[in-house]
Amino acid sequence: MPIDILMPALSPTMTEGKLARWLKKEGEAVKAGEALFEIETDKATMEVEAVDDGRLGQILVAAGTEGVAVNARVAVLLGEGESAGSASVAPVVAVNVPAAVAPVAAPAPAAQPLIDDEARFYAQTSRRTVREALRDAMAEEMRRDQGVYVMGEEVAEYQGAYKVTQGLLQEFGAKRVIDTPITEYGFAGLAVGAAFGGLRPIVEFMTFNFSMQAIDHVINSAAKTLYMSGGQMGCPIVFRGPNGAASRVGAQHSQCYASWYAHCPGLKVLAPWSAADAKGLLKAAIRDPNPVVFLEHEIMYGQSFDVPDDPEFVLPIGKAKIERAGKDVTITAFSRMVGYALTAAEKLAAEGIDAEVINLRSLRPLDTATILASLRKTNRLVTVEEGWAYAGIGSEIAALVMEQAFDDLDAPVARVCGADVPLPYAANLEQLALPQPEAIVDAAKSVCYRR
Amino acid sequence: MATTKKLAASSAGAAGKADVSSAELLSYYRDMLLIRRFEEKSGQMYGMGLIGGFCHLYIGQEAVVVGIQSVLQPGDSVITSYRDHGHMIACGMDSKGVMAELTGRRGGYSKGKGGSMHMFSREKSFYGGHGIVGAQVPIGTGLAFAHKYKGDGHISATYFGDGAVNQGQVYESFNMAALWKLPCLYVLENNKYAMGTAQARAAAGELFQRGEAYGIPGVQVNGMDVLAVRAAALEWAEYVRSGQGPAILEMQTYRYRGHSMSDPAKYRSKEEVAKVRAEADPIDNFRKLLLDQGHATEDSLKEIDREIKVIVTEAAEFAQQSPEPDPSELWTDVLVEA
Ligand SMILES: Cc1ncc(C[n+]2csc(CCOP(=O)(O)OP(=O)(O)O)c2C)c(N)n1
Ligand SMILES: [Mg+2]
Repeated sequence: MPIDILMPALSPTMTEGKLARWLKKEGEAVKAGEALFEIETDKATMEVEAVDDGRLGQILVAAGTEGVAVNARVAVLLGEGESAGSASVAPVVAVNVPAAVAPVAAPAPAAQPLIDDEARFYAQTSRRTVREALRDAMAEEMRRDQGVYVMGEEVAEYQGAYKVTQGLLQEFGAKRVIDTPITEYGFAGLAVGAAFGGLRPIVEFMTFNFSMQAIDHVINSAAKTLYMSGGQMGCPIVFRGPNGAASRVGAQHSQCYASWYAHCPGLKVLAPWSAADAKGLLKAAIRDPNPVVFLEHEIMYGQSFDVPDDPEFVLPIGKAKIERAGKDVTITAFSRMVGYALTAAEKLAAEGIDAEVINLRSLRPLDTATILASLRKTNRLVTVEEGWAYAGIGSEIAALVMEQAFDDLDAPVARVCGADVPLPYAANLEQLALPQPEAIVDAAKSVCYRR
Repeated sequence: MATTKKLAASSAGAAGKADVSSAELLSYYRDMLLIRRFEEKSGQMYGMGLIGGFCHLYIGQEAVVVGIQSVLQPGDSVITSYRDHGHMIACGMDSKGVMAELTGRRGGYSKGKGGSMHMFSREKSFYGGHGIVGAQVPIGTGLAFAHKYKGDGHISATYFGDGAVNQGQVYESFNMAALWKLPCLYVLENNKYAMGTAQARAAAGELFQRGEAYGIPGVQVNGMDVLAVRAAALEWAEYVRSGQGPAILEMQTYRYRGHSMSDPAKYRSKEEVAKVRAEADPIDNFRKLLLDQGHATEDSLKEIDREIKVIVTEAAEFAQQSPEPDPSELWTDVLVEA
C-alpha cells in the first residue's frame, strides 16, 4: 500500500515550514533512512528521511513552497510493484491533542495516628544523648535488616566526624559500615543505585553543607525516579547528617537546608530535636520505602533526653508533637529551635502569655492538622527557624494558614528566622544573625498585641 | 599499571564467529534492525506531532548495545542515558510499551509519566533512562555495589557518552569502583559528538585511557561491528564478573541523526555522515557478512525484515490507541505508600 509522506514537525512548537528542496526525483528508488527532502524553519534546515524502502511516487508539494502545514501530505512512497496510479489511502493520523484537564487539587493527606499514642512508650526510658540515640537507631535497624548499611566520609574507622556512627564498624564490619572517599556527588549517586538494586543505604553527609555537591542525586535521582518510572523504581534511602549553624564555623559550614529539600515532592524531610525524636524518627526513616532527608543538628548531639527503651519506638512520619500546651499563641519550631521556643515559652509564661510549642519533627509531609488545630485555639502564630526567611519553612506555614485558616487568625503570622546574610564568624555577629529566645518572645508578644 | 588498548583494526570477519551459531548471529541482525526500524518510526511519529519534547535516536549505534547485551545474563543490571530506546529493546523490553511511553500514553513503561528519556523495567533489570548527563554512571556503579553486597554474581553494564565522560562524577565513580572492585562494565559510547561539540573540542587525551590512573583497564573497540563488540564484551564482562573490578570499553561509533529531533546539524558535514553510512553501517555490513558466510539467504533476511515491520507497526498502533493517562495519575507514584 502506498504510504503518504507527511510534512514533519521538528519541534513540539512547529506548525508549518518551508519545503526547501527535493533530494529524490519521482520514480527514484529510496531506502529507509535516506534523505528525501529538505525543510527550513526559522531555526534550522533539516533533511527528512524515508521511513521505509520503496520508490518515490508523486510529489505533491513542490520545492520552494512556504508555509507547508505540519502533517500535510507532501508526496507518496510506493511499495514493491505499486504504481503511482494506485489509490493512495491516506493514513489518517490524529494529531495528539491532550484532552483538557480541569485543575485537580492534591488529595488530602491520609489521617495520621493519634499523637498521644507515643506516651505509652515512656513507661520505660533511658537517658541518652542525641548522638547515642542516632547510633542506637542505626544499630537496631542494621540488626533487623541485612540490607541496611551506612556509608560516608569517616563513618567507619574514625567512628564518625561527629562520632555519631561510633561502634558501628566494630559490630557490623567493613562491608556494612563504609568509609568513602571525599566524593559526595559520587557516593550519593552510588547509594541511589544501591537502593534501586535492593539495598537500604544510610548516607551520612559530614554536614549538609556538603550535600550541595550531591543535591542532583538527592532530587533528580532519588526523589523523582519513582514518579518517572510510573511507580516501579522505589528508592529506600536515608540522607542524614548535621544541618544548620554549629558554632563559629563561618558561612559555608552553617546553612540550613530545610526549605531546599522540603520544597521537593518525592522526598520526606525530617528534623528531630530531642534524642527520642532522633531515635524514633531515624528508625522510621530507615524503614520508610522512600528517600528521606534527615536533618540533625551538631549542637544537639551532646544533649541528653529520656528515650524509650522499646525497640519498636518508631515515630510516625508526618506527625508533629506538641511539646508544651498553651492557649494564647502557637509557636512552631524544628530541630534546635524547639529548645529555644520552649525557653521563650517559659519567659512568656512569666509575663502571663501561655504559649503552645509545636515541634514539627516532619517538614515534608508537614502536619498541617496539628498546626491548624492549635491555631484554632490560640488564633496567633509565630514560626521559628534557623534558616533564612525568604521562601523558608515559616513562609510555607504562613501561606498555609492564610489559605486554610484565615478566619482563625487574630494577628498576622510572625516569622523568626536567621538574618538574611551569609552567617558571620565573629561571636557577636553570629549571635545577632541567629534567632535567639528573646526574638521569639518579642514576636509572640507582638502577635498578642502586648507591649 | 592498567592495560589500555587502542583499537586493533578488526573486521567483522576476524572477530571470531566460532563461538556463535547461525541462529544467534541472525538474532543480532534482527535486534539491530528492530532498533533501527523502531527509531525510524519514532522519528516519523515525532514528525507527526505524536511524540513531544526531546527524542534522542540511536540510529547508527545499534551494534554497541546488541553486542554488549549478547553476553549479559538475565539479572545483570543495565543503565544508560536519555538515548535509551535501543537499550530497552536490546534488554528485551516490549516495543509497544516503549513506543507508548514516547507518545505519553498509559500503556507506556512509565504509564506516560516518564517520556522518551525515563523508562525502566525491574523485570528486565533495566534501570533507566536518565536525563542528567553522567548521572547514570554513579547510579550504575551503585547497582554494581548492590550486586557485590548481595553476592549474586551479577554485573552492572553502565552506558554513557563521550560528552558524559567529562563529568566529574564519572571519575568519582571510577575511583570507588576500582577501590572496592565493583563488578561494573563501563560502556563508553563514543559517537563523536556531544550535541554539537565534537569529541576533540571537549576531551583531552584518549577516552579509553580515562581509567588508567585508577588502574581500570580500558580498550577501544570498533562499535560499528557487532562481532567486535561482542568479542570485547565477552572478554571484559568475564573479567568484571570474576571480581577483578571494573573495565572500560570505549565504543567507536557514530550517530547518524541529530542529537535530538530539532538539531540543525551545522557542526558536521553531510559528507561525513554519508561516508560513515556508506562504509561502516553496522547493519549493512553485518547483513553482507551473514550472506557471504552462508548464515542467511536474501529470503531469510527478507523474512526478518517483514517480521520487524509488523512489530514496529503494531507498536506504533498501540502507542496511538493506548489512552492518555487518567487525570488521577497526576497524583500517584510520588511516594511509595508504606
Ligand atoms: C548535567 C547536564 N548538562 C547538560 C545537559 C544537556 N545535554 C543533554 S545531552 C548533552 C550531550 C551529551 O553527549 P554525550 O554524552 O556524548 O551523549 P550522546 O548524546 O552523544 O549520546 C547535553 C549537553 C544535560 N542533560 N545534563
Ligand atoms: Mg556523544
